Amino acid sequence: MKSSLMATQGERWFSRVNALVLILVALLCLFPFYYVFVVSFASPAEVRQSVLLLFPKQWTADAYRYLFSTSAFPRATGVSLFLAIVGTACSLFITSMLSYGLSRKRLKGRRVLLLMILLTTLFNPGIIPGYLVVRDLGMINSVWSLIVPVLTSGWYVLLMKGFFDSIPAALEEAALIDGCNDFGVWYRIVLPLSLSSLAAFGLFYAVAYWNTFFTAVLYINEPEKWPLQILLQNMLIDSSTALGGVTDSALQDVPSQSKKMAAIIVSTVPILLVYPFLQKHFAKGAMVGSVKE
Amino acid sequence: MTMLRTMRRDLFLYLLVLPGLLFFLIFKYVPMWGVLISFQNYSPYLGLWHSEWVGFAHFDRLFSNPDFFLLLRNTLAINALNLIFFFPLPIMLSLMMNEIRTRWFKGAVQSVIYLPHFLSWVVIAGISLIMLSESEGIVNGLIAAAGGERIDFLTNPRYFWGVLTVQSIWKEVGWGTVIFLAAIAGVDVQLYEAAKLDGAGKLRQIWHVTLPAIRNVIIILLILRIGHMMDVGFEQVYLMMNGTVSEVAEVFDTYVYRAGILQGQFSFSTAVGLFKSVVGLVLVVIANRLSKKFGEEGLY
Repeated sequence: MKSSLMATQGERWFSRVNALVLILVALLCLFPFYYVFVVSFASPAEVRQSVLLLFPKQWTADAYRYLFSTSAFPRATGVSLFLAIVGTACSLFITSMLSYGLSRKRLKGRRVLLLMILLTTLFNPGIIPGYLVVRDLGMINSVWSLIVPVLTSGWYVLLMKGFFDSIPAALEEAALIDGCNDFGVWYRIVLPLSLSSLAAFGLFYAVAYWNTFFTAVLYINEPEKWPLQILLQNMLIDSSTALGGVTDSALQDVPSQSKKMAAIIVSTVPILLVYPFLQKHFAKGAMVGSVKE
Repeated sequence: MTMLRTMRRDLFLYLLVLPGLLFFLIFKYVPMWGVLISFQNYSPYLGLWHSEWVGFAHFDRLFSNPDFFLLLRNTLAINALNLIFFFPLPIMLSLMMNEIRTRWFKGAVQSVIYLPHFLSWVVIAGISLIMLSESEGIVNGLIAAAGGERIDFLTNPRYFWGVLTVQSIWKEVGWGTVIFLAAIAGVDVQLYEAAKLDGAGKLRQIWHVTLPAIRNVIIILLILRIGHMMDVGFEQVYLMMNGTVSEVAEVFDTYVYRAGILQGQFSFSTAVGLFKSVVGLVLVVIANRLSKKFGEEGLY
């Protein structure tokens, strides 16, 4: 506030222009959401007539009713929810167990293990060798092929290990003397102590699982097992993608444009829901995100 | 007795790391051996042990293939455009955001511009279609309404790289500011006070105080980006690619996917992937050396 009192004419103009440009940038980020949202709820007549529909007069949820009365759309949404919930839980378990173990100096050979994990972040053998492993394990067309091969990564392990390093050894020694084993220490002491950090990792995992696309392109050929993103891709490219199961004739009139927009909104909403919680952890996430490929 | 107890105690510690280590062994280290099939005529029936060895035949085929130069050109062009048009933007944006004194306004802008980072590439591709499609897109709708001629943004090879660059900017520019804002927050306020006393205006403060303070972060990120010159996001290109633009769109990962997964040429496509990975590794190592030279910690 002091600076605004002393601000010169020029500086005041500088701040105004600055704020204006930032508002424009923010609007550019928001506009597509707004437009997609509006069209997904607009009446068929308005969607067909207008070029740029910004303020529809009639609102209807028919596009959503249509999507959820098909058989394919709810199924794909279910697959993605399964990935986001079960995948995140599995990832958190395996990452935190490994990272905690590697953060304890008692673990013999931990330097070699850390080096080997670091190496996996530097050299990526490519798509095909990984694909062959998944195929040889018989996981093609199994929903587990979208979870197990991406359970954790070198970056996540090293980052979480860095966090566990700050948990003092005295804490676990006390518990070990009391007859607790390391599994108990991890489960009863370490995890409860690291809840906020685990929440951060969990949210980033959940977003990644919900957005699963690449692994599904590689490993899933059967439409019944598609996650939402693959179904959405097919709907966007080909308006006639058969979703099956709609019997209500009132819903036959929904324009394909509205169906696409509604599908985009459905696949975005879960991210918007966790977004406020994600925001608290951006600093950590920037590190996770900046080193991910 | 003590030894026995220590062993039992450590046993559980090893059990704790076992699943994770198995994961790395199976999904990271087995594929590292798997790259050997690029020196074979791998047959899924014979497996790695019994397939015929052919030396560098697949690499010869790759380097004598005109496709190779297309892949290299597309990969480098897409990355170069990113470097020129994308890279400076988060820096400028974070400098501008740093000038905002009203807290709620800054918070609101941050919330909004970070959001696209969390959307899937499928959603981004969908939004691009809605904006740019020749028949239904908003941009073309407006051009047509203004009496202009519709532009084939999505099917004309001339626009393809530009569309990718705009997509990347829209998705990541806000998120890119996180690291710069953190660096700027660490600048000593006294430096600004001193600059003000010396009569420096806003722009001079940015030039003489803020920019030098975040110079190191800028250099590190620049070097890291150059280290990843061989990487182009598979999902983004795969989603935007279509028959008419494939000549400018095909990059290493999409080519490997097509030749390997769709056509079953496992050995050849592994060779293509291995070439990309090895060049990528060399670039990252060089980038890391450079970053250490600038007195920074580097990646590893």
